Amino acid sequence: MDEEYVLMKGNEALAEAAIRAGVDGYFGYPITPQSEVMEYLTAAKPWERTGMVVFQAESEVAAINMLYGGAGAGKKVMTSSSSPGISLMQEGLSYIAGAELPVVVVNVVRGGPGLGTIQPSQSDYFQATKGGGHGDYHLLVLAPSSVQEMADFIEDAFELAFKYRNPVMILSDGAIGQMMEKVKFKPQKTRRSDDELPGWATTGKTPDRERNIITSLDLDPYRQERFNIHLQEKYRKMEAEEVRYETFRTEDAEYLLVAYGTSSRICQKSVQLAREEGIKVGLLRPITLYPFPKEPVAQLATQVKGMLSVEMSAGQMVEDVRLAANGRIPVEHFGRMGGVIPAPEEIVEALKQKIIGG
Amino acid sequence: MAELDLKDIIAEENVVYKKTKVLTDKPMHYCPGCGHSTLHRIIAEVIEEMGIQEKTIGIAPVGCAVFMYDYIDVDSQEAAHGRAPALATAIKRLLPDRYVFTYQGDGDLAAIGTAETIHACNRGENITMFFVNNGIYGMTGGQMAPTTLEGMRTSTTPYGRDYHLMGHPIKMTDLVAQLPGTYYVTRQAVHTPNYVRKTKKAVRKAFEYQALGKGVSFVEVVSNCNSGWKMPPVQAVKWLDENMLPYYPLGDIKVPQD
Repeated sequence: MDEEYVLMKGNEALAEAAIRAGVDGYFGYPITPQSEVMEYLTAAKPWERTGMVVFQAESEVAAINMLYGGAGAGKKVMTSSSSPGISLMQEGLSYIAGAELPVVVVNVVRGGPGLGTIQPSQSDYFQATKGGGHGDYHLLVLAPSSVQEMADFIEDAFELAFKYRNPVMILSDGAIGQMMEKVKFKPQKTRRSDDELPGWATTGKTPDRERNIITSLDLDPYRQERFNIHLQEKYRKMEAEEVRYETFRTEDAEYLLVAYGTSSRICQKSVQLAREEGIKVGLLRPITLYPFPKEPVAQLATQVKGMLSVEMSAGQMVEDVRLAANGRIPVEHFGRMGGVIPAPEEIVEALKQKIIGG
Repeated sequence: MAELDLKDIIAEENVVYKKTKVLTDKPMHYCPGCGHSTLHRIIAEVIEEMGIQEKTIGIAPVGCAVFMYDYIDVDSQEAAHGRAPALATAIKRLLPDRYVFTYQGDGDLAAIGTAETIHACNRGENITMFFVNNGIYGMTGGQMAPTTLEGMRTSTTPYGRDYHLMGHPIKMTDLVAQLPGTYYVTRQAVHTPNYVRKTKKAVRKAFEYQALGKGVSFVEVVSNCNSGWKMPPVQAVKWLDENMLPYYPLGDIKVPQD
């Protein structure tokens, strides 16, 4: 399987990639449409291959707090869930951001609110990119749009998590989690030994150092403010250095679609259909949703006549697109909700009605 | 009579008691007479005596003991309210040769963290759990806890806890003793010198058993909350003896069979 392409579900590819990335621990709780992640891991027995711990927790609340403990011990730990489960993890994510712990959380999004549906959706954008829990913090958010990226983003996510000591979310959706595509894996990485754990981790206080403490608590308002300023500086650094995006046929574009994940794949077809009718449309696909690619959107706002943010939601990312365009051109939203996936033709029609005809 | 100066007084042969080096020099914030400070000292002494400071990781709760890591000189993590057993589960499974202990109050362990407590105990995690039961939420200002005695007045039961409305005080320690994953379960106290000695023996066992890998060692310490109970320390100790201990009797509940 090392050199070959294989046909796999997104959720399974993510699980295999986690083993190969040398992840130390996976802690999860079953929920549709991502249960294949833990099912794959428990069947693959990575504890025999690499020593990786795979653990079914009693709840998502427990799972995210297991990540807190494991990351606090310096280990590479991750979980995966879907929207309602991710809501349960928000308290833990806030503590993890406050304690500056590197963890990776995968959200295979389904439609909401509430129990909603098990069909794919992109309605967790606000929750993922604007904090989600209490306090001033951000997750770094990567949005895969293929099974290959479900696999590739695991290693990227851990690199970023440890670089910034910050939780990283892979914001996928039920379509990418469930669909099968060809995928090529990287070779197996060796897990870090206990001697290679970071110096801040709680591994046992040796006589040559002070005790390590993992906490998000500081009752002194001035110290707490200084800590918050430190967090904000970290986010500014991410905004300067970690923005990722792709463009498709934007060179001569007069109109722009902005879409991520599943929507961005559909929009590629919409670009083609519109161009067959003589409408010069391009696509910008944010790969990092936080930090959002503000600059490229701002640049394109000086080139195109209007932008359409295409999301499987009531319109969430459109707010970031509008902020980046800063009033220069009309920015509208088109989307389907509740687990409905838009057709390419609908998007072209929406572009005509909301932007070109408007 | 020859005068003793300070050097003579602290000379090794004159020392009858000294602070363990596993306790830091930071003055504790606990109220006078509170059981937390005594239990902290006992845990620190046992860690020193067993020589396991370099291998021990402690988990602090939300509650009065939230600053445990300021006093006990071991690598520590501060958990979200009730989640200490979840943190400990992951740490112990990822670093199985370390000694991992949790320290929680009654609100933390027996109310908001009930699921984490029950499941960590049922799975038989190889950890040591300390449970300080003073029948009240101390840090938030004396509200009803799941362990508040019937009729007891708190800031949220100003006319006394009525079990028709609020149910009965929960005996968490008896409950976890029923689970196959617990190896050693005991209920102790620290408000008299005799109880302190017994508790220290229990704490020592609770750490020693962790090395056997046979499941959870669970130590409840029935304690007083003078501020929350609105009593001077001496009266609180008397009230503890007369009211808490009949409902929460001291002693081992589950002892290793093999």
